[in-house]
Amino acid sequence: MLELYGTPVSSRLLLGTARYPSPAVLAQAVRRSGTKIVTVSLRRETAGGRNGGAFFELIRELGVRVLPNTAGCHSVSEAVLTAKMAREVFSTNWIKLEVIGHHDTLQPDVFGLVEAARILVGEGFEVFPYTTDDLVVAERLLDAGCEVLMPWCAPIGSAMGPQNLSALRAMRAHFPDVPLIVDAGIGRPSHAATVMELGYDAVLLNTAVAGAADPSAMAEAFAKAIEAGHAACHAGMLGPRDMAVPSTPVIGKAVFS
Amino acid sequence: MTVLIKGAGVAGLTAAFELSRRGVAVEVVDTTDTVGAGASTYAGGMLAPFCEREAADEAVLTLGLSSADWWEEALPGKVFRRGTLVVAAGRDSGELERFAARTRGYEWIDANVIGELEPDLAGRFDRALFFAEEAHLDPREAMAGLYETLVATGVRFHLGGADVHSENSYAAVVDCTGAAAIATTPGLRGVRGEMIFLETPEIRLSRPVRLLHPRHPIYIVPREDHRFMVGATMIETDDDGPITARSLMELLNAAYAVHPAFGEARVVETGVGIRPAFADNLPRLLDRDDGFAIAGMYRHGFLLAPALAGQLAERLCAGEHPSLTRQGEIQ
Repeated sequence: MLELYGTPVSSRLLLGTARYPSPAVLAQAVRRSGTKIVTVSLRRETAGGRNGGAFFELIRELGVRVLPNTAGCHSVSEAVLTAKMAREVFSTNWIKLEVIGHHDTLQPDVFGLVEAARILVGEGFEVFPYTTDDLVVAERLLDAGCEVLMPWCAPIGSAMGPQNLSALRAMRAHFPDVPLIVDAGIGRPSHAATVMELGYDAVLLNTAVAGAADPSAMAEAFAKAIEAGHAACHAGMLGPRDMAVPSTPVIGKAVFS
Repeated sequence: MTVLIKGAGVAGLTAAFELSRRGVAVEVVDTTDTVGAGASTYAGGMLAPFCEREAADEAVLTLGLSSADWWEEALPGKVFRRGTLVVAAGRDSGELERFAARTRGYEWIDANVIGELEPDLAGRFDRALFFAEEAHLDPREAMAGLYETLVATGVRFHLGGADVHSENSYAAVVDCTGAAAIATTPGLRGVRGEMIFLETPEIRLSRPVRLLHPRHPIYIVPREDHRFMVGATMIETDDDGPITARSLMELLNAAYAVHPAFGEARVVETGVGIRPAFADNLPRLLDRDDGFAIAGMYRHGFLLAPALAGQLAERLCAGEHPSLTRQGEIQ
């Protein structure tokens, strides 16, 4: 079973909680997908308020583990502060760390990311860094104390699917023992199956589900694709070959002319 | 036999109107000095059931379909039946297909038709969705208009926290207090909405224009006197503090993307309202010990309040509620 910071996790799908048509639809999607971890943004979609964050209460009521995130943070100090707030609100040391470097592509600022990760690990956080597929950055994040890596496969919300398969393969090969979760850019179940076939440990989704016409049906479709990709990866897939290979032997077959 | 309505926003006034026209004596109380002073004052006033259907339950469409007719009947001449235009910035134009796939009631139009409908947008967009059946109104005028009509028909208002008789002396109390009911209504939460008013004589629009935006469904609704209401964010909190810089920036960016002349417009007002919503973002007519509550209008106050008011009036006049059968039939 997948283990994240020592916690066994029975589903390989992590689901974001933003931009669903309603919290009720979100709850259906969580149930149908069987996910055990949801991420929630503390910064952008929510803020203080008198009644103690009714939305957060709805999230807690989902009965799954919450991985708060620092979505929308553009600097180290913002991200660190948001992580600390998240720890208070959700009573968890887990934090999905995002330090956004470019407001248009939402590409991670990998320098700020490493710095923020080091600070947060020092403060006792268990950091899930949203990063690129760059191996050197990944090394630095592990040096900083991260035990899980969350590379993108395409820009956040782009639904483009894996853009650089060789980079994803290289990352898997370089870090065989580090849980790797593809965090961003997945658009369809086949994208999720593809990265799972590469040996990734899990997939995190939000827009691909929240923006679907029927989010809960799409969540279930993704859950199945992720299971399928994971099973296939460990079942020994065939490599492609140039020639046809008949599945039934032809030699010795009766010939009628 | 009198019904007390608590709350003089869009839910309260439409309820008062529906009861009053069935001959029920109605009094309305609100803590504020004016009607429609809560979230109603920051509403877009779009009667756009098809556009809303894109991200809302089918019930929003079915309940909202006759909303424009209701408002036209209640306030003749105050409803603009000019449709809605939905556009997307060039690189987001794929969003139009996604939007279209989620709803109905539209036609695809090209740059020429866009220019005929909105001459000031000519040449700015290659294509758009046009929802011809939709309408809009000015929420502040609508609230003031309903107030006048209700006063003229004998509805008594107690504004500014003016005393009413003990609530026990009413046949029924209807809670239409909107965001104020969040603390006492299980399952109700607040969703913050931020909006701005821009003023510029350089642009004319005849109808609401929605700009597809990855985070918020941003729209520009033309008002009188060269004003444009630009709204609205949707943030999961009941914090009603002033608009944030980021939200302001997003709304301004959206307006600027629709037409650069908005860059020279004056920002004449900003506003923040808290929309009460249930988990499914659909409104409810709730039973209460002393009557009813209309709650959870979310972002659909002007669109759905008439339908909820109608449901309320039917149940009250049918004497369905226990508190009424105890005290006898209304009327």
